Amino acid sequence: MTADVSLGDQSPPELVQLLTPEGERVEHPDYDIDLSDEELKGLYRDLVLVRRVDLEAVALQRQGELGLWASLLGQEAAQVGSGRALTDADMAFPTYREHGVAWCRKVDPVQLLGMFRGVNHGGWDPVEHNFHLYTIVIGSQTLHAVGYAMGIQRDGAESAAIAYFGDGATSQGDVNEAFIWASVFNAPVVFFCQNNQWAISEPLEKQTRIPLYRRAAGFGFPGVRVDGNDVLACLAVTRKALADARSGQGPSMIEAFTYRMGAHTTSDDPTRYRVADELESWKLKDPIERVKAYLSKNGIADQAYFAEIDAEADELGRDLRRRCLAMPDPQPLAIFDHVYNEPHALLAEEREQFAAYLNSFEEGAR
Amino acid sequence: MTTLTLAKALNMGLRKAMEDDPKVLIMGEDIGKLGGVFRVTDGLQKDFGEDRVIDTPLAESGIIGTAIGLAIRGYRPVCEIQFDGFVFPAADQIITQLAKMPLRSLGKLKLPVVVRIPCGGGIGAVEHHSESPEAYFTHTAGLRVVACSNPVDAYTMIQQAVRSDDPVIFFEPKRRYWDKADVDTSPAATWHPFDAARIAKPGADLTMLAWGPMVKTALLAAGAAAEEGRDVEVIDLRSLNPVDLPLVIESVRRTGRCVIVHEAPVYSGLGGELAARITEQCFYHLEAPVLRVGGFSTPYPPSRLEEHYLPDLDRVLDAVDRAFGY
Repeated sequence: MTADVSLGDQSPPELVQLLTPEGERVEHPDYDIDLSDEELKGLYRDLVLVRRVDLEAVALQRQGELGLWASLLGQEAAQVGSGRALTDADMAFPTYREHGVAWCRKVDPVQLLGMFRGVNHGGWDPVEHNFHLYTIVIGSQTLHAVGYAMGIQRDGAESAAIAYFGDGATSQGDVNEAFIWASVFNAPVVFFCQNNQWAISEPLEKQTRIPLYRRAAGFGFPGVRVDGNDVLACLAVTRKALADARSGQGPSMIEAFTYRMGAHTTSDDPTRYRVADELESWKLKDPIERVKAYLSKNGIADQAYFAEIDAEADELGRDLRRRCLAMPDPQPLAIFDHVYNEPHALLAEEREQFAAYLNSFEEGAR
Repeated sequence: MTTLTLAKALNMGLRKAMEDDPKVLIMGEDIGKLGGVFRVTDGLQKDFGEDRVIDTPLAESGIIGTAIGLAIRGYRPVCEIQFDGFVFPAADQIITQLAKMPLRSLGKLKLPVVVRIPCGGGIGAVEHHSESPEAYFTHTAGLRVVACSNPVDAYTMIQQAVRSDDPVIFFEPKRRYWDKADVDTSPAATWHPFDAARIAKPGADLTMLAWGPMVKTALLAAGAAAEEGRDVEVIDLRSLNPVDLPLVIESVRRTGRCVIVHEAPVYSGLGGELAARITEQCFYHLEAPVLRVGGFSTPYPPSRLEEHYLPDLDRVLDAVDRAFGY
């Protein structure tokens, strides 16, 4: 089958970039951003700390303290940039890899570890943080974001929802239904796709024949591709998309073009399906190094500042490790908690029977 | 008292729920101007507007998925799935998301979503329009599953479902939509508890369990059995998860015999679970094994064959005969 020019825009994909991999500030006609030195340093700090949380979690998994971890390595800028674009009233619907967004939503990193350690299925209060629980089924949360956005519309509120998902998820029916719903109802939602090039072992070509952001046009809303390793561009593009959504201009899609530097999860082995050269080329586009270069070159931060952030990161890692190890195993009867909000006779009976069974041992309910 | 069809009773119950709570929304395919293919939502969009009675795109997973988002935002959506056989595209959202969100959030999130599903056969429909998928949902922890059988329950149970802070799968017996009964719609009316079964006809010799469309069949069978001197007690289960087991157990211990009737295939049907529990708790009271009457282990047949597939008076009475044969 050959390409058909009638398929749509065949021009080379455009990429919004405000900070080059070398740390040079560049202009873009549609997107600009004016940040104070403190804000720029704050973004750098976010990026470093988020990477450190991720690194510690990987180590905890390798040492058997977590059953699994999904690393965000390489995607820090996409997550911090978009996460810092949110206001408190906006609501985020993450996948299971949005540790950087969680950081921006003030979720205590130790709460991210609960589900990976196996003590719960999600430990934070989604209402308190306006950060929904991690969703493991691919793409399901995009519909929740749209429904939530429909609620915002009905409340007459000036906020927006943002749905996170990956390149693989764009093949899911739910994501396509979410696009249709958002479009038809003009819902205040931003679809933030982190295209990290890989859905476990399947490269982007297994999901799409066109640049993902161009799918948006077919659904009737704007789509834009942004350098996902450029925190400034991600912040600027997401800010605009959220502002448009809040002001009644409807949904839009952002494709953050990035790279999954690590494995899909700690259970994965990317050496089986991708070449080392690819990883090396993306290392040159590292999201943190370019910010550091920019801050240095422009005299915004010096080595003392970078050392201070590194020290803070190390302390954060140590603290995370200590609190992870101190996380208690739940009591056996916790199995029955929160299954229903209202009394449920069957569950009450099973709980009672299981408690009696546990108590039948000399040591009682452990 | 007002004489209402089951469909109209649902309609009035939904109307009352919407009047009582501005957070109640109704969403589904063709539920607006058309009033739903069975007219259950007739006139509601006209009175409550398109923001509260939402004609959705034609995608069932989208209906449930967006309802979940609305519920997270504080709304109480009532979703209509047009026919039983079309719930499966939404099964993922129902099973992996709707049912599990309270647990996943350690109780921080409530999802008061009602999923209305017209169910069962007997209307001469084409494929996928006559199924009884209740066991798929009773097997899913986190969901409440109920089935109404008559206009009185239709009016009250739909309101109770909307008020429940748990997700509710609400089965409606489509071939009974046009059955009529007197319904007390006054605020003074007493409502049967939401998760309680009800003795539809008292009896002393055999307990017959049924729900949804089969309650009427069971009552007819009980009437026919009475002519042969057999006093059959009919229990309308109403709530399928949880099941009002104490009422069932008390009845079977009293009668010593039990026949379970449902339209869904007998194999792995809800009847199997009930039979096991009854046997466990009534072992020394039983005069006969618990017997089941239901659909065959086949896909739902073409409509010219459905009268053979669906439990009817004769097949139910045959089971009654067998129960007395031990």
